[in-house]
Amino acid sequence: MKPVAFDYYRPQTLSEALELLADKGDEAVILAGGMTLGPMLNLRIVRPRAVIDISRIEALQTISVTGSVVVTGAGLTQSEALSSEIIAREVPLLAMALPWVGHFQTRNRGTLGGSVAHADPSAEIPLALVACGGTVVLQSRWGQRRIGARQFFVGALVTQRRPDEMIMALEWPRSAPDAGHAFSEIAQRHGDFAIAAAACTVRLAKPDRVEQLVVGIGGVEDRPVAIDVSSFLGQAPGEMAAKLSEYAAASVSPMDDRSASAAYRTALTKVLVERAVNSALSIARLQRGRLQ
Amino acid sequence: MLLCDFLRHELHAFAVHVGCEHGVCGACTILIEGRAVRSCTQYAAQADGADIVTAEGLAPPGTLNEVQRAFMKHHALQCGFCTPGILCSVAHFLRQTPEPDERRVREMLSGHICRCTGYTSIVTAILEAAAMMRKGS
Repeated sequence: MKPVAFDYYRPQTLSEALELLADKGDEAVILAGGMTLGPMLNLRIVRPRAVIDISRIEALQTISVTGSVVVTGAGLTQSEALSSEIIAREVPLLAMALPWVGHFQTRNRGTLGGSVAHADPSAEIPLALVACGGTVVLQSRWGQRRIGARQFFVGALVTQRRPDEMIMALEWPRSAPDAGHAFSEIAQRHGDFAIAAAACTVRLAKPDRVEQLVVGIGGVEDRPVAIDVSSFLGQAPGEMAAKLSEYAAASVSPMDDRSASAAYRTALTKVLVERAVNSALSIARLQRGRLQ
Repeated sequence: MLLCDFLRHELHAFAVHVGCEHGVCGACTILIEGRAVRSCTQYAAQADGADIVTAEGLAPPGTLNEVQRAFMKHHALQCGFCTPGILCSVAHFLRQTPEPDERRVREMLSGHICRCTGYTSIVTAILEAAAMMRKGS
C-alpha cells in the first residue's frame, strides 16, 4: 500500500528539527532509517500530518567515548555500529546483539535510535541497552532529559518520550575488560522479530565467585527487562546457569499472543538464559585468564 | 511517492520490482551510495542528490557481470522476480565480504524471499562468483 499524504520536512540541523517538533508535536512523526516507520506508513497504521526526516543530520551520526560511556548518535545506522571497532571493544553486548537485528539490507538503513524509539518488545537493541544499564538522551526545544533505559520502556511501543522530544543519543556503559557477554535468541527465521531473547553479562572476582551479573530478557514481556539477580552475586558459578534459568523463567510474566503462547515463551526463557549465562561465563573465564 | 515507484514509473527502471511494499521481501532492493537498501520504505524526496544504482546499472548494457553469469550458469533464478534485488544486495555484500562462507551468504540472503529456487542454487552461484572475482582482481 501507499502512505497517506503528508508534509515532508528534512531539517539539516538538530535545532531546525527541534523547532519543527515543537511546532508540529502530536501531528508529526520522526523518520530516521524508516525500517519500522516506513512499513507502518505504507500499511497506514500511522497517518501523520507531517514527517520529519532526521536522516541527514550529521550531528546524530557519531560515535564517541566520553568517560565511562560510549555515546552513539540516534541516527547511527545498525550496520555502522556493527562495523565499529569502538563498539566491538567497549560495548561487546551491543556488537553481539546487532547481527540479530533484521537483515543485512535493513541494517544498512535502520538506526539505533529508531529501534529504541519504536520500542518493540522483541527488538534486540532496546534489550541490549536495558541489559547494559544504558541511558536514553532526549532533547526538545526546551531542554534535555536523560532517562535510564530500564525506566524508558513503558510497554509495547510505549516509552517515556514526549511528542516534542526526540532521541538524540544513547549512552552505553563501557564494558569492564574482564567481563563476559552473550546474546541468544529464537525467531521463526533469521532476522525475524525474536519470540524470545536473552542477554547476559558476568564478571568473576575469583574463579569461584560471581562479582557482577546481569540477565536481560526480550520478547517475553511487553518490554525488555533486566531481572533481579542480586541473590546470585557472590556465589560460585558452577551450577549457576541451570539455577538462573529456572529462576528467570519463574520471574517473567510472559505475553500470550499469535506468535507464541505464554508457556512457550517461559520455556524459551529457560533455554535462552541457560545458553547466554553459560556462554558469558566461559568468555569471562577466558578474559580472566588472559588478563592475569 | 515511494522511491521504488519513482524509479519505475518516472525513470522506467523496471528492474526495480515491487513485492510486499513493507520492507520484508527484498525484491525492490537497490544500491544507494553503494549500500544495499529497500526502495519501498523510503520516499523519492529522501533520495534527493543520492547516487543510485538499480540492477540495470550493475554491468554495462548488453553485458553481464560475474555474479549474473554465475546466476545463469547455476540456474539461480526461475521466475526472476526476486533476482534484481538479490543482485544489488550481492554487489554490496561481496565488496564488503570478498571471501564469504556459505553461512554468511545465507545470512545476507535472509533479507530476500525467493519462492522458486529453494536458495541452494543462489548460494552456489554467489560463492562461485566471489571466487571468480577474487581470481580476477
